[in-house]
Amino acid sequence: MTGRRSNLLYSQKIAPYVFVVPFLLSFAIFFVYPVYSAITMSFQEIVPGEAKYVGTANYEELWNPSFLKALKNSTVYTALTIVLLIPIPLVLAVFLNSKAMVFKNFFRSTLFIPALTSVVVAGTIFRMAFGELDGSLMNTIVTALGFEKQRWLGDQWLALMTLLILACWRWMGINLLYFMAGLQNIPKELYESAEIDGAGTWKKFTRITVPLLKPITIYVFTISIYGGYAMFTESYMLWSGNRSPKDIGLTMVGYLYRSGWEQFNLGLGAAVGVVLLVITLLVTVIQLRFFGLFKKED
Amino acid sequence: MRKSYLVLLSVVMMMSLVLSACSGSNSNAGGNESGNNAAGNASSQDANNAGGASDGKATKLEFWTFQQLHADYYLEMAKRWNEANPDKPIEIVPTVSPFDDVHNKLLVSLQSGSGAPDMADIELGKFPNFLKGEPQLEPLNDIIEPDLANLIKARFDIYAKDGKYYGVDYHVGASVIYYNKEILDKAGVNADDIKTWDDFAKAGQQVLEKTGIPMTTLETSEQWSMWLQTAQQPGNNDLLTASFEPNLDSPEVTKVLKWQQELMKSGVAVGAPGGFHHTEEYFGFMNAGGAASIWMPLWYMGRFTDSMPDLKGKIIIRPMPAWNEGEPRSAGMGGTGTVITNQSKNKELAKEFLKFSKISKEGSIATWTELGFDPIRSDAWTDPAMKEPNKFTEYFGDGIFDVLTEVKDEIEGINIGEKTPEVIDAIKTQTNVRILLDGEDVEKVLKEVNDTLK
Repeated sequence: MTGRRSNLLYSQKIAPYVFVVPFLLSFAIFFVYPVYSAITMSFQEIVPGEAKYVGTANYEELWNPSFLKALKNSTVYTALTIVLLIPIPLVLAVFLNSKAMVFKNFFRSTLFIPALTSVVVAGTIFRMAFGELDGSLMNTIVTALGFEKQRWLGDQWLALMTLLILACWRWMGINLLYFMAGLQNIPKELYESAEIDGAGTWKKFTRITVPLLKPITIYVFTISIYGGYAMFTESYMLWSGNRSPKDIGLTMVGYLYRSGWEQFNLGLGAAVGVVLLVITLLVTVIQLRFFGLFKKED
Repeated sequence: MRKSYLVLLSVVMMMSLVLSACSGSNSNAGGNESGNNAAGNASSQDANNAGGASDGKATKLEFWTFQQLHADYYLEMAKRWNEANPDKPIEIVPTVSPFDDVHNKLLVSLQSGSGAPDMADIELGKFPNFLKGEPQLEPLNDIIEPDLANLIKARFDIYAKDGKYYGVDYHVGASVIYYNKEILDKAGVNADDIKTWDDFAKAGQQVLEKTGIPMTTLETSEQWSMWLQTAQQPGNNDLLTASFEPNLDSPEVTKVLKWQQELMKSGVAVGAPGGFHHTEEYFGFMNAGGAASIWMPLWYMGRFTDSMPDLKGKIIIRPMPAWNEGEPRSAGMGGTGTVITNQSKNKELAKEFLKFSKISKEGSIATWTELGFDPIRSDAWTDPAMKEPNKFTEYFGDGIFDVLTEVKDEIEGINIGEKTPEVIDAIKTQTNVRILLDGEDVEKVLKEVNDTLK
């Protein structure tokens, strides 16, 4: 009897399952169940006191100008953040890693500190800095340079630019950190032997640094896709509410919030969420396949 | 790094779950900790000890709001209640959270059937969300109907569904116009000569020519400026028709926005800095004498006293101009209804207390003396207590109530229905900016936007 019990306790077959149970439980309760219930809700019309199935009506309702605008905004924003927030931190990381660089620690910390501020605070400060009044920071700068003052948050492209500046300011340091960590892992010998073979700085960068940073780049790329499509707080703070003129700052999550909460149409909100999930999933899978992540490592 | 933020976030959420679970059994401390925002925390806890009879016999009533002033008000009224009813003392346990949070949390707890407070504040623009389907709120007909003769019925209809009243407002929200007298004097304009909106536009021209200052600001990302002007027109339609259909392409709204567009083009009006009349930019602009007037409901007085201190003694309050002389000069606008949820264990007591604090004549008068609101009971308006000085008479001078009594019979109601949140979203993001800032054709924009709302 005791033998069997101790067998059971020390069983090598059971132990792994016991160890992963806490994770599986929390994953099931906090992830699988909400996703499942969001998918169910997206086929329902939910009003207090009752929920009834309405087929695909919520998805059909999605085909409206606001949603398409939100989809476009989020996609353009995501694409541009990727264009900006991968090459620039990569190059900066190489600079900060180089022996010739002075004040390394100073630059490292100044670039990283924005990531520690709250989006709410940063967004509010940016709203003031990019205000439309003569006295706002940006208008003072452009008028001093001899340009007309602008309604920064009232124009499609200026608003997008403001969102991108905010994103760069905030995330530059974090992506930089990833790339610097990656650079530490590249063996010095590779550079030395390349030098012996007569490679210049540019050759070393393109032939050694960039290829060897590929795993890090893929990781940054993946979280940037998610981060871009999930952006909401920045836009919400910049316009002090979900109310950008002509929806120039409306994002997918902003539309989810508007339909689900502001208009209390939880079914439609859930449908937006499901579509968002499908889009990010698709883009990520395509991207990973493009980078060859599903192939066996050579 | 982003991942670790997520981890942090989920830990915080789990903590708050645990904390709010505590509040069920040990309601005072736990409830305050989990829900209050930092600013509200200290003061409402202090007030708790002062406001409730803490001998353990008092019935606790939990109250959620987004406005610290409202929490303070009920604490004060609980004190008065306990003096008047020593046999059934109550203790108000307020939780003050940010605007969106309160409404979202309340929706979730009502939807899920547990966790809701006894009483809560719901803002008018959000109220229709709570009336969808079968309202999870307690009908208040038995405390409202006996007094209906003295109450301003329009303020109860906006919180009603199928003949049942669900909310009690704090005020009428009669709209008025605030003039900066200093600027008008410089331009040689007498506010009392402005009777109609045409007069207003002409006076505005004069102000602009003489002083270079715009006559007013118009909201480009919110609804108040245009909603007031729409609702004050005779007839039953405003942003919604009387049968609660979106009404943006109607003659009423078209007239208002055409008039506003003209004013913007001539420079007599400018877009409100920051888009609406509650932004820091606007407060700073107006405080520095940036525009000569603004029309808003009476509750906007508090924004002047709190956020535009330099205008003290310079602002005069008048009835709004009418569209034609003899037509109504005001509309009851905005508001927040206190509701009792169907999850309350002390519904009857909560109802009695609600009646005591806002529906009774004494309660009604207190909404003015404590909060500076125009009471929902018309017989309170003429009470001598309304003449006593407070921080508003100090700022705006005496006679605030004379303006109100003057327009008493001209306060137009508004239509609030399930479509209201959608219509307001469309105004915030589409119509006003396209018409007022981009100068697009009024009829075309309104038709296009209204069609998407149906």
